[in-house]
Amino acid sequence: MIKIENLSKTFGKNEVLKNISTTINSGEVVSIIGPSGSGKSTLLRCINLLETPTTGKVLVNDQDITDSKTNINKVREQIGMVFQHFHLFPHMTVLDNLTYAPIKVKGESRQVAEKKARELLSRVGLTEKEGAYPNNLSGGQKQRVAIARALAMEPQLMLFDEPTSALDPEMVKEVLNVMKDLAGSGMTMVIVTHEMGFAKEVADRVLFLDDGVLLEEGKPEEFFHSPRTNRAKDFLEKVL
Amino acid sequence: MNLDFSQIVPYIPFILEGIWATLKFVIVSIIFGFVLGTCLALCKISRVKVLKWFADFYTSIFRGTPLILQLMIIYFAVPQLTGYDISTFLSAILAFGLNSSAYVSEIIRAGIQAVDKGQTEAAQALGIPYRLMMKDLIMPQALKNILPALMNEFISLTKESAIVSTIGYLDLMRRATVVGSKIYRNFEPLIFVGLIYWAMVLVLTLLGKLVERRMKYSD
Repeated sequence: MIKIENLSKTFGKNEVLKNISTTINSGEVVSIIGPSGSGKSTLLRCINLLETPTTGKVLVNDQDITDSKTNINKVREQIGMVFQHFHLFPHMTVLDNLTYAPIKVKGESRQVAEKKARELLSRVGLTEKEGAYPNNLSGGQKQRVAIARALAMEPQLMLFDEPTSALDPEMVKEVLNVMKDLAGSGMTMVIVTHEMGFAKEVADRVLFLDDGVLLEEGKPEEFFHSPRTNRAKDFLEKVL
Repeated sequence: MNLDFSQIVPYIPFILEGIWATLKFVIVSIIFGFVLGTCLALCKISRVKVLKWFADFYTSIFRGTPLILQLMIIYFAVPQLTGYDISTFLSAILAFGLNSSAYVSEIIRAGIQAVDKGQTEAAQALGIPYRLMMKDLIMPQALKNILPALMNEFISLTKESAIVSTIGYLDLMRRATVVGSKIYRNFEPLIFVGLIYWAMVLVLTLLGKLVERRMKYSD
């Protein structure tokens, strides 16, 4: 579904991603882990072109999104994204946050969009919050709304950029549970995370990035029990 | 003390008509300035260098020269150049609208740039096109933050509008001086229109507070 070919990204003189190639299949849950500053988020953001790769290609359903002829907005409709800091629209109610893009971008009727939005809110356990404004929600609630907002576009793929890193510890679980539920439903997911337990339990595959290089990739049980590189061993010793 | 407000009583209707004369071109100028200022602000944040350069140059010119000079150039110099006999009303709207847009564009640019960059990214990630994103997501948030600064600009435009009296437009200010020369007393008519200007600004301030309160979604 996603094919990344020889992708490199530089910011000024700083090379943050070095010649990365990998494939993400439909229905797969992939965790990207690695130390801070290793380029995890940048790699994720290249998948929906929030960052433009310096060289290399990103193919989404065989379409090269780095090609300037590609209508990137059409591709982005297929790719949901959840951010560390939620980025809900503060001037809209929760329900409007969920229905805005389906109505304005996909041209759904308000009726259909609201029905779907209410289903999604009940799925993330926030039915009673549909009329609330984002600033009146807790961090965990905001992130669940953000997930629902992305799902409202009915994407084929969901990107998560450290979705629990900005949350109070007691709210991490409610968000992870929603994500687990989503993974169970067969959604293709790419997750940048520091939650090793979650990566171990939910991911089908783990990518380990260090200093812009894709050092290891493999099944979580293999990676977490017997990492092949010393760098990965070091990292796991520190975080586990 | 030689004060006699009863002297201006016969001229009160004449002066009061000036309220509408002033409001008429102030309102049009504010709208014109706001629309043009928004366009200029969008040029300033655009990636197209030419637009950016143009908007910055425009602002530099209209902020860097006196308003009264701009007004006089439009009213006296343009007819000389083109032969078109421009009315005082049109001159006033052009001068004030063009001038105000330079200030408004700076206010709006700052407002847009102060909106969290994450909002843009969230909109892009949802596949929302630039125009919709600006109109429905970024501008409403920017406007809320810059409302006090915008009100300041509108208030200052309302007061500075008195400058049009210099090209003979019969606004409040001009009417005060007309009455003054008729009755050979200046204090009374000037104080009278002064109160009217003050009242107009008070109403504007009140309106601003009302809008501010309405836009205050829970934070």
